[in-house]
Amino acid sequence: MSTARTRLAVALAGTAIAALALAGCASSDPLSGDSTDSGDSSDSSTIVIGSQAYYSNEIIAEIYAQALEGAGFTVERDFNIGQRDAYLPSLEDGSIDLFPEYTGNLLQYFEPDTTATTPDDVYAALKDALPDGLTVLDQSPATDQDSYNVTAAFAEENGLTSIEDLSGIDGLVLGGPPELEERPYGPKGLEEVYGVSVTFNPTADTTVDELVAGNIQVGNVYSADPRIETDKLVTLEDPKGLFLASNVVPLVNADLADEIADVINAVSAALTPEGLVALNVESTVDQRSSEDIAKDWLADNGLS
Amino acid sequence: MNLLAEAFAWIFSPARLTGTLPLPTAIAQHLAFTFGSVAIAAVIAIPIGWLIGHTGRGREIAVFLSGAARALPALGLVVLLVMLFGVNLKTEAAVTVFVVLAIPSILAGAYAGIESIDRSVIDAGRAMGMTEWQILFRIEMPLGLSLLIGGLRSATLQVVATVTIAAYVGLGGLGFYIIQGINLRDFAEILGASIIVVVLALVLDGLYALLARFAVPRTDGPRTRARVASSPLTRVPQFSR
Amino acid sequence: MSWVADNVDLIWALTLDHLRQSAIAIIAGFVLSVPLGWLAFRYTRLRGTVLTVVGLLYTIPSFALFAVLTLFGIPFLSELNLLVALTIYAVAIMTRSVTDGLASVDPGARSAAIAVGFGAWRRFWTVDLPLSGPVVLAGLRVTAMSTISLATVGALIGVQNLGYLFTNGSQRRIIAEVFAGVVAVVIIAVIVDVLLMLAGRALMPWTRRTSTPRPGRLRAVTA
Repeated sequence: MSTARTRLAVALAGTAIAALALAGCASSDPLSGDSTDSGDSSDSSTIVIGSQAYYSNEIIAEIYAQALEGAGFTVERDFNIGQRDAYLPSLEDGSIDLFPEYTGNLLQYFEPDTTATTPDDVYAALKDALPDGLTVLDQSPATDQDSYNVTAAFAEENGLTSIEDLSGIDGLVLGGPPELEERPYGPKGLEEVYGVSVTFNPTADTTVDELVAGNIQVGNVYSADPRIETDKLVTLEDPKGLFLASNVVPLVNADLADEIADVINAVSAALTPEGLVALNVESTVDQRSSEDIAKDWLADNGLS
Repeated sequence: MNLLAEAFAWIFSPARLTGTLPLPTAIAQHLAFTFGSVAIAAVIAIPIGWLIGHTGRGREIAVFLSGAARALPALGLVVLLVMLFGVNLKTEAAVTVFVVLAIPSILAGAYAGIESIDRSVIDAGRAMGMTEWQILFRIEMPLGLSLLIGGLRSATLQVVATVTIAAYVGLGGLGFYIIQGINLRDFAEILGASIIVVVLALVLDGLYALLARFAVPRTDGPRTRARVASSPLTRVPQFSR
Repeated sequence: MSWVADNVDLIWALTLDHLRQSAIAIIAGFVLSVPLGWLAFRYTRLRGTVLTVVGLLYTIPSFALFAVLTLFGIPFLSELNLLVALTIYAVAIMTRSVTDGLASVDPGARSAAIAVGFGAWRRFWTVDLPLSGPVVLAGLRVTAMSTISLATVGALIGVQNLGYLFTNGSQRRIIAEVFAGVVAVVIIAVIVDVLLMLAGRALMPWTRRTSTPRPGRLRAVTA
């Protein structure tokens, strides 16, 4: 019997040691800090930065993180959280402090019926619409908004320059993320604002590929997506303001805003629309990591 | 529970019959993927399983590969194959993944079914002068049928739950609502679609239970040890005995 | 595959997180399924119900389970949500194995233990559980593989593990990234499986001598 017991004891001890070792190793993870989904982070001088589950947003968040670290702050990263509907509660309750956001989409989230469309109007309306406890710092000239695109060939065939021009065409299929169906600028918005009727195909990450292959005619592509240039897509103009202007803007916890304003505003000012596309190219085409891209960008812009 | 009530309201709302993907269409797509994939997997796995059971060779490799196939992450595999095959072959890519997921259970059911047969019955068949093929078709297949059906049942249930991933690459099925629900944080939608998937699983399991009843051959006493396959809802295929 | 070479740190860090999450779920699942399986074994009237209910849990799509768990106060996008869900799936698979394992114990051995005077508690730990080992271990290996591959779904609820390589690679259309993720998951699943098998051999040396009777063939008598 003693050998059996010894064996069992050794097995249990081994498992315990392995578990502890794993727990210890795993805490040094470059992508995310401790899980901060409920309650505040323990150290009030640590700034927790979040990002959407979107590679471009992660790059901007990493830039914020390194800029703040360069200025002497301690930063915790909690990246790739998900869609807006999913992470705003964490921002509101303080478990996340800073988040790169987009003015127009964020405004529509709080005020679906907003009539603001130009960058300045949207920014002003956003400041009012935010709940107490949250505020935004200066917006950046860089934009990354939803936009409807067609292939160059399709645009030529049908003489398309703006979304309005789509209204006569039958059998249009619109592609985009699954939730586009329910968004105000989705198929319903197209119908109401422009009289364009489309069937919706939830193509998600394969949207550009489907567009190029001809399986969909209109695709919802983010304006900073480098494939608009590389695949020669034509972004349809939006005269009636279906899409709001959506500039990159830092969303922060109101208590923290003054502390980090200088550092982050400098970053925002230096980020241009072309610059953002270039960053995305580095990620998708050159396949570089967010860390490397951020480091180089900060160095090039004299902000590290 | 309030959420449960909302989920049912979501399911039975008339809005479900309109829009991009009416619910009946989604269910049809979901079942089409399930049956199609299991059928293809069966065509591949059953002959191989019978061969393994009949000759007794290759069992270790089959067990190992089956085990490894269980470790494959469906989400990653679907994304990978769609990127490799290209967007015009999305359906084929997804079906390939489901087939790979279904094969282990069916393979195990096939060879376990044959292995469970009392050796003396097979020896008797040989003694009577049956050829190997005759033994396969007249003795091993019928007697091993119930375990084979058990394997098919197991595979079908697994595929039905995994087909929800097809929506991640835009192929429809009930997963469309689940992913849309996650992105919109609409729990009623997520729960409603999931309830339907579970109901489908239960219905399919029930159908297989009926089928299993017909598959049990009349036993003449202790000679045959044909076992009625229990529901895979309560049984785990033991690969590594 | 230069992407892989450049991002070894990321892959390694994600692998550790993945292992940690899987280990917690597997161990917790195992611990919970032992009493549950024992109950199903001991009280035969309950057996059918318990096993069916528990088995049903496995057919619930993961997203549904995540959503349902929020009703119990667990935040939707949290590691806790993923861990609880994975544990539930592990219990769903393991319980049946524990029951089968206990049922496979030679009644003679059990009677002998009673005759010698072992109490129920001692009997369980020194006779029933060890003798049911092989069956339980087989179930544990299946559970481990299943949990490791299922954990990748966490990426869709914002939990960092190897699943991140799928969603991120899908967005950036980097095949090497997604492929690396798939390969990594399979490798650690196979490694864990082999480790469990070796642990089984070490802890249950008596099983080395018994082997499942292979279906033999009298090759001489082929028509």
